[in-house]
Amino acid sequence: MTQAQLQETANFPVLVPEPGERHWRDYFSFNTDHKVIGLQYLVTSFIFYCIGGVMADLVRTELRTPEVDFVTPEVYNSLFTLHATIMIFLWILPAGAGFANYLIPLMIGAKDMAFPRLNAVAFWMVPPAGLLLIASLVVGDAPDAGWTSYPPLSLVTGQVGEGIWIISLLLLGTSSILGSINFLVTLLKMRIPGMGFHQMPLFCWAMFSTSALVLLSTPVLAAGLILLSFDLIAGTTFFNPTGGGDPVVYQHMFWFYSHPAVYIMILPFFGAISEVIPVHSRKPIFGYKAIAYSSLAISFLGLIVWAHHMFTSGVPGWLRMFFMITTMIIAVPTGIKIFSWLATMWGGKIQFNSAMLFAMGFVGTFVIGGISGVMLAAVPFDIHVHDTYFVVAHLHYVLFGGSVLGIFAAIYHWFPKMTGRMINEFWGQVHFALTIIGLNMTFLPMHKLGLMGMNRRVAQYDPKFALINEICTYGSYILAVSTIPFIINVIWSWLYGKKAGNNPWRALTLEWMTTSPPAIENFEGIPVLATGPYDYGLEKADEGVPLSDPDPVLSGGPNSVLRAEPDPAVAANPEDR
Amino acid sequence: MKIPSSIWTLLVGIGLTLISLWYGQNHGLLPAAASDEAVLIDGLFNAMMTVSTGIFLIVEGVLIYCAFKYRRRAGDSEDGLPVEGNVPLEILWTAIPAVIVIGISVYSFEVYNDIGGFDPHAIHESPMTQSSMTMPGTAIAATLNDTPGNTAPNLNQEKSDEAMQDPATAAVRNAEQIPQKQNAPGVGSVAPTIGGSPEKAGKPPELVVNVTGLQYAWIFTYPETGITTGELHVPIGREVQISMTANDVIHAFWVPEFRLKQDAIPGRQSEIRFTPKQEGDYALICAELCGPYHGAMRTQVIVEKPEAFAKWMQEQVAANTDTLNQAVALNPADLSPHEFLTPYTKDMGIQPEILKQIHK
Repeated sequence: MTQAQLQETANFPVLVPEPGERHWRDYFSFNTDHKVIGLQYLVTSFIFYCIGGVMADLVRTELRTPEVDFVTPEVYNSLFTLHATIMIFLWILPAGAGFANYLIPLMIGAKDMAFPRLNAVAFWMVPPAGLLLIASLVVGDAPDAGWTSYPPLSLVTGQVGEGIWIISLLLLGTSSILGSINFLVTLLKMRIPGMGFHQMPLFCWAMFSTSALVLLSTPVLAAGLILLSFDLIAGTTFFNPTGGGDPVVYQHMFWFYSHPAVYIMILPFFGAISEVIPVHSRKPIFGYKAIAYSSLAISFLGLIVWAHHMFTSGVPGWLRMFFMITTMIIAVPTGIKIFSWLATMWGGKIQFNSAMLFAMGFVGTFVIGGISGVMLAAVPFDIHVHDTYFVVAHLHYVLFGGSVLGIFAAIYHWFPKMTGRMINEFWGQVHFALTIIGLNMTFLPMHKLGLMGMNRRVAQYDPKFALINEICTYGSYILAVSTIPFIINVIWSWLYGKKAGNNPWRALTLEWMTTSPPAIENFEGIPVLATGPYDYGLEKADEGVPLSDPDPVLSGGPNSVLRAEPDPAVAANPEDR
Repeated sequence: MKIPSSIWTLLVGIGLTLISLWYGQNHGLLPAAASDEAVLIDGLFNAMMTVSTGIFLIVEGVLIYCAFKYRRRAGDSEDGLPVEGNVPLEILWTAIPAVIVIGISVYSFEVYNDIGGFDPHAIHESPMTQSSMTMPGTAIAATLNDTPGNTAPNLNQEKSDEAMQDPATAAVRNAEQIPQKQNAPGVGSVAPTIGGSPEKAGKPPELVVNVTGLQYAWIFTYPETGITTGELHVPIGREVQISMTANDVIHAFWVPEFRLKQDAIPGRQSEIRFTPKQEGDYALICAELCGPYHGAMRTQVIVEKPEAFAKWMQEQVAANTDTLNQAVALNPADLSPHEFLTPYTKDMGIQPEILKQIHK
C-alpha cells in the first residue's frame, strides 16, 4: 500500500453509528445518548420505587398491631433497612440523575453530555448495585442494622448482608460521583454561546449545586464505608470499641455525606418545581436570582449541618450549638424558594393539570417537613424526639412530600417531551388525589406518635399507640394503590396517547424548541436564545403558540420566539461536522 | 361599600395570630412533663408550635387562595402579568425567617443552658485511662504525665459483668453476639452531655445511678449502696445523675416524660442530670436501634416520694446481699476453663472434650 493509499484509507469516513435510540433494544444496551440514559435511569429507579414501596407496606403491615405477628423481628429490621436504602439510593437519587441527564443538554442547547461514555458507565453501575442489594434478601442474610448502619451493631449482626450493603453503596456512590462530574462539566462548558449563567433555566442551577455537593460529600461516605468494611472483614477496630475504636467517628463520617444527601435528593426537584410552576401559571418565575443563589446557599450550608443527627450521641455541648445555628439558617434559603413559588402563582393564570397539581402538592407538603425540620434543629427539643416517629414523619414529609411529589410533577411536565405523547389528565388527577390523601394519612399522625413516645425502628410497641398506627397503615395502603393508575396511565399514554406536538405547554426553555421526542443530537444546528427562560407575558414573548395548535411546527415554529436557527458558522450537512 | 385590602390583610393577620397563639398552647401533643427539665423544653416546643402554626397557615392559605383566585378560566390563553421580582418584598421574606430562626436559636440556647448543656464539667476532656497508658507508643506521653492513671475500679463495668453472669440476663440476650466481652476496655472516654443546670453546676449530684445498656435490658446500679436492679427508682425533687455506658452496641436512654435522651455508647461513658418532679411509673425506652428485639428493650422508671424511695432502697440492699452470695457461688474463677467455656462454645459446634484437651 502506498503512502497515498494509506492516507486515503485512514481518512475515509467510516460509518460511525450515531448514539441515540433507534429501537427498543437500545434501552437495554450500552447506549451513550443522554436521552436514552435519562430514560434508563428514570425507568430503573421507578422499578426500585415499586420494590421499596412493597417493603414499606410490609413494614406498615407489621406495625398495624403492637405485637410481632407478621414477620420475624430480624426480617422486619431487614425490611426497613432495605426500604430506606432502596428509596434513597435507588429511587430518588437516580431519578434526579435521570432528569438531569435528559434535560441538561436540551436546556443548554448541547448535543449531548460532556462525557457520553462516562455517562453510560455511571448508569450501568445502578442496576447491578440494586440487584446485589435485593439478592441479599434471597441469600437470607439481608442487612438489618438500619440504613445508617451504625457500628458496633452493624459489625455484630448479619455480616454477609452488611458486606453486600457496603459494596452496593460504594457502587452507587461511585455512580453518582461520575454523574456529577459529567453534569458540572456539561453545565460549565457546553452551554450555547449567548447563554450566560443568568440565562440558564433554574433546573440547571439546581443540578449545578447538587453536583457540587455530591462531589464534596460522597467521598467521605465512601471512606467511612471502606473503614467499616475493614472492621467487618479484616478485624480492624476503626469503629469497634472492643479494640479502642470509636463508633461516634463513623457517625460523623456517615452524616457528613448523608445529611447533604437530603439536599442532593431535594435540590433537583426544587429545580424541577421552578420549571413547572411558571409554565403552568403563565408568569415569569418570581425572583430568578434569589432562587438560583438560594440553591447554591443550600448546597454550601448543607455541608456544615451534619452533627444535628448526633445531638444525643457523644458530641460536646458547645458543638451542638454550632450545628443548631447552621441547621436553623438553612431554613432561610429554603423559605426564599417557597415564597418565590407562591409569588409566581400569585396573579397568574394557573392551569390545573397533573404537573401543576403535583407542584402545588409539593409546596404544600414540603412546607410541613421544613417547619418540623426547624423544630428538630432546636437542641433541647431534638433531644426529646430524636430517633422517634416525629423524625420519621419529618423525613417522609421532606422526601415523599418533597422529592417524590417533585418527581411526579416533573414526569407529568416532561412526559410529552420524552415520549411525544400527552399523558391522560384524568388519571393523572386521580393519581394526585390518592397520593395526597395517602401521604397525609400515613405521615401526619406520626408526628403525634413520636411526641408521645414511640421510638422508631421497632417491630413491637406500646399498645396505647395501636390506633394511630392502624391509621398510618391504611394510609400506606392508599399510597400503594395510588401508583396503579400512574403505571397504567404512563404505559397506555406512551403507546396510544394523543400526539403532543413539540411544545404543548407553550414553554420558553430550550428543551421545548425541538421535536418531541427530540431527535438524535437534539437540535438542528445550534439554537439561538431570543428571550430568557421565563419571559411569560412580556411583550416580546406575546406571540406564543396557542394551546390548541393542532400541529405545532418543528423546532419552535415561526410563532416561537425561541427559534432553533441553524448557525451559519456550523455546516448544516452532518457529514461535514 | 368595598373594604380596602389593607384592612383585610390586617384582619387576616390578627386572626392568624390568635389561632397560632391558641394552638401553640393547646395542641395536646406531648405526654405529661415529669421532670423540671421537661417543663422548660415544653415551653420551647409551644413557642415553636405557635410560630409554625402561623407559617403553615400563611403558606397553605396563599396556596389555596391562588388556586381559587388565579385559576385559568376556560378560553383564556393569555399570560399572567409579568411580575419578575420585587426587591423590598424579597428582602422582607428573607429577613422575617432569619429573625424567627435567630429568635428560636436564642430561646433554645437559653433552655439548653438551663437544663445544664453548658455545665463546665461537660467540656473536660476524657481522662487518660489505664488501658491507653499501656498501649504501645504511649510510653513518652506516659512519662511526661505526672498524674497516675486512673486505677479506681470501674463500677459500671464490674456491675455489668456481674449482670452478664446472672441467668436472668442471659435469658434475654444472646451472649455470643458480644465481641470479646472479657477484653472490653474500661469505660474511659467520658462524654457528659446534659450536666448540672447553672445553679447546680459544679456541685455533685444528689443521687448517682450507673446504667448499663445491653441487648436487650437495662441494668441499674446505685454506687452508694451497691444495689443492682432492672428498674429505675428515683425520688421526687432530688437531682439525679445517670452515668451510662453500653456493653455491646449503642443504646439510648429515653424517658419521654422527662424529655431527655442520651446514647449509651460502648467504650464511652455519658451522663445526664435531671430532677424528677411528678410521681408515677414511666417507660424507659431504648431509642437507638440495637438489634431485632430493640422494641422490647424497655423497663420502668418509678418516680416516688423520698420516703418510699428510701424504703425501696432498704429492701433492695437486703435482697441484694442474698443475690451477691449466690453470685459468689457462681464465680467463674472457681470453674475450670472448659466448664466456663462450654455454654459459649456449644453453639459453635465445639465439643467439651476438645476444650478439655486444649486446656490440659
